[in-house]
Amino acid sequence: MMQPGLYHILFISTALFFIGVFGFLTRKNLITILMSVELILNSVNLNFIAFNKYLWPEKLDGLFFTIFIIAIAAAEAAVAIAIIINLYRSHHSIDVDNAEELKY
Amino acid sequence: MLNATYIALIPLLPLAGFLLLGLFGRKYFKNSSGIIATIILLVATVLAIYTAYTYFFEVGKVHGVYQKLIPLKYTWLEFSKGVSIDMGILLDPITCMMLVVITFVSLMVHIYSLAYMKGEERFATYYSFLGLFTFSMLALVISSNIFQIYIFWELVGVSSFLLIGFYYDKPSAVAACKKAFIVTRFADLGFLIGILMLSFYSGTLDFNTLIERLTSPGSTELSTALSSSFLGISALTWAMILVFIGAAGKSAMFPLQIWLPDAMEGPTPVSALIHAATMVVAGVFLVARLFPIFALSAPEALQLVAYVGAISAFLAAIIACTQTDIKRVLAFSTISQIGYMMFALGVSKYGGENGLGYTASMFHLFTHAMFKALLFLGAGSIIHFIHSNEMKDMGGLRKLLPITHITFLVACLAISGIPPFAGFFSKEEILLAAWQQNTIIYWIGLLTSGLTAFYMFRLYFGIFWSKAPSLSDSAHRKHHGEGGFAMMLPLVLLAIGAAAAGFIPFGNFVSSDGKVLESEFHLQLSIAPVTFGLIGIFIAMWLYKKQNDKPDKIAASINGLYKLAWNKFYFDELYIFLTKKIIFNLIAKPAAWFDKNVVDGLINATGNTTQFISKKIKGVQSGKVQQYAAYFLVAAIAIAVLFIYWWK
Amino acid sequence: MSGSTIIFYMLAALTLVSGLFAVGTRQIFRAAIFLLFSLIGVAGLYFWMQYEFIAAVQIVVYVGGITVLIIFSIFLTQQTGEKMPKQKLGRQIFSALAAFCGFALIMLQVYQHTFTFTGSLNLIVDPNVQNIGNQMLGVNNGGYALPFEVVSMLLLAALIGCILIAAPSNSPKRGELPHSNPKSETT
Repeated sequence: MMQPGLYHILFISTALFFIGVFGFLTRKNLITILMSVELILNSVNLNFIAFNKYLWPEKLDGLFFTIFIIAIAAAEAAVAIAIIINLYRSHHSIDVDNAEELKY
Repeated sequence: MLNATYIALIPLLPLAGFLLLGLFGRKYFKNSSGIIATIILLVATVLAIYTAYTYFFEVGKVHGVYQKLIPLKYTWLEFSKGVSIDMGILLDPITCMMLVVITFVSLMVHIYSLAYMKGEERFATYYSFLGLFTFSMLALVISSNIFQIYIFWELVGVSSFLLIGFYYDKPSAVAACKKAFIVTRFADLGFLIGILMLSFYSGTLDFNTLIERLTSPGSTELSTALSSSFLGISALTWAMILVFIGAAGKSAMFPLQIWLPDAMEGPTPVSALIHAATMVVAGVFLVARLFPIFALSAPEALQLVAYVGAISAFLAAIIACTQTDIKRVLAFSTISQIGYMMFALGVSKYGGENGLGYTASMFHLFTHAMFKALLFLGAGSIIHFIHSNEMKDMGGLRKLLPITHITFLVACLAISGIPPFAGFFSKEEILLAAWQQNTIIYWIGLLTSGLTAFYMFRLYFGIFWSKAPSLSDSAHRKHHGEGGFAMMLPLVLLAIGAAAAGFIPFGNFVSSDGKVLESEFHLQLSIAPVTFGLIGIFIAMWLYKKQNDKPDKIAASINGLYKLAWNKFYFDELYIFLTKKIIFNLIAKPAAWFDKNVVDGLINATGNTTQFISKKIKGVQSGKVQQYAAYFLVAAIAIAVLFIYWWK
Repeated sequence: MSGSTIIFYMLAALTLVSGLFAVGTRQIFRAAIFLLFSLIGVAGLYFWMQYEFIAAVQIVVYVGGITVLIIFSIFLTQQTGEKMPKQKLGRQIFSALAAFCGFALIMLQVYQHTFTFTGSLNLIVDPNVQNIGNQMLGVNNGGYALPFEVVSMLLLAALIGCILIAAPSNSPKRGELPHSNPKSETT
């Protein structure tokens, strides 16, 4: 069995990404949708790190992107949860299908 | 010396009154609005008389010729060099005369309305409309620019529309005001085209320049205007005919007279204002204003003016003999008298002795304003008492309404041309002018004068003599009275005017070329009209002084003619036929069809298509975020596939 | 098969399997726990790639921060233990199909593409905290001071935004709800 390398990592990250997409599309609960988004972000991070390690080992840029993405993801999660709580207060539900006023 | 501010104030004061009462009258001056408007107009009247006095006796005459003064001129809108719409004041004899006539009659109407319109719900609105009307008419007569006159011409139309339709909850009043507006507006179209043609050929809109350029022989403007022709008539004549159509519309000349009788739906003082001093004489004034062009450069158009005037005078007099509604009789008599003024202008020549018609026409305008206002106000006082317009409801009122009776009699004598009342002098001059120039028109005028005397005294005897007053009327009198001081004062003042205005040596003041015109008194020529007038009066007396069946018998014996006249020669029916059957069916209906099916159809098709498509794709916009995400994902994958494998 | 490879496959399996469970389970609290494991698996992969700092950040921020936040919000909004309603089957099949198509497409592309490796698998620049810090706050070529500041602004904005969104501005205070305690009104 060959030494795991870039392709293996890319396989994992792609799989994780589409697991996240699947979750985003099928879940009804807003919190679980948020979880799916976190999975997607993680897969992207994994990609950055893998490319940095295998393709440009003399640089640290991929790493920085990961750090920034983590920071932004943290902010996003905080805002998303604030929105979810607000929605829960107004709709008494965090089912995404109940919040469909957008169509009006 | 003339101060332009005073003159400008004459029209601006009523305007201020209109704005004040129109904006705040209903709330703040509900009862005092009449007094306010009357005081404002009193000031304007004093200013107008002062202006006229200054003009006629101090500044107007230079070397024995009355000048056309322009004390104020303000260029408002310049189209090109020389062609501009100005707001200015032009003072000449007819302007000064009109200023006095309008302000005086309007003041009388204001005072009269204090009592007549008392208790009216829209009292303040009424006075504000009166102010607007007076303003536009005054501004019309002082206009120094032909476009300025057109602007105020239309304003007069609008304000008369408002006044005729004052009782807007009455369907007949609504129909009447629409009719008046549409007919005059239709005629104004001719006026507008006439203005455009005149300004095109003369290169100016200013009256003085316009008249000067189009009358001085040999000027390039005149020769172009005369040389270009259409249907064998020169362009200038066409222009003047078009202008005259506008004037005929305003003055209710044949065949555009149909609106005037219906305009009686307005309050009676308004009828006095419209028919005596203002709106209807605007047409005469316009022809007089442009008289030099008519007389010197477009004599064919002037011929038309003469014949239209004569026909109107005669036909209206015949119709007036059969009407039973007193206001309508007066309306037709107005048309008839305006016809007199028109044909007097029409038979006149420019300058010197031959310009007698012009002077006579203006003279008649002046005297007519007096006695016609008096007649209408008297009629108003009768209607106020009887609450009916119909002659059959009246009779024997001479004891019940003594002041009205006397003043009405004075007015009837004046309009019939019995010496020494005002109408005699002006009518005599008109007939003299016609005698000198055109015999046919002279005979028509003479006949009309007899008819005038007949129908006026038919009215007079019908109202004040005929049967004995009914008991209820006498009882009515006790608690009602004749109408109070405010209604009687204008009657008396106007009666004095109607009796004495004839002694003014009018030729000294108004003539076609500004020079003094010595009008001679031709005794042998004044015999005929007076005789005709007296014959008319006696026939009327014989028929109507006592209640009897003679009039009915006579009417029955000339049944066809009577019916024809009673139905106003079926002019209304003719117009209805023309508009309903021909214009509506042949033009309006196809146009409506086109509009409904083609224009609307296109618009509706656009709308329907949009609606159809949006209905079909409405389901896509469910508001469910995940659905959107799914579309997004599918589309992203599809685009990726497309770009990777298709367009490599 | 070296130990490193075994560890890699174990981490990969942990990440993917718990990720699948995280999106698949119908109990929300369990989903959060599976997410936690998936994130730990990702952190393990960072460790495996010798990026210790990132791995530490991953554990601190994701595992320690975000997951805990999510669990809190679950407590605030949800009765735990209840199963979540099932999604429609058609939607599930459609989503699975779409996700699989996307996955297949990308893997196809990845395997068709030949990456240019630099040859050495050893890191030339050591991703230790000192290097990262120097470059992160550096203002010369390759420095990330500006994005760093931008992110700090973003975090501030997010902070204020969270407070504003979640703060019960217009709603009545606790205890003053119209139906909260009808008996207290009578006393």
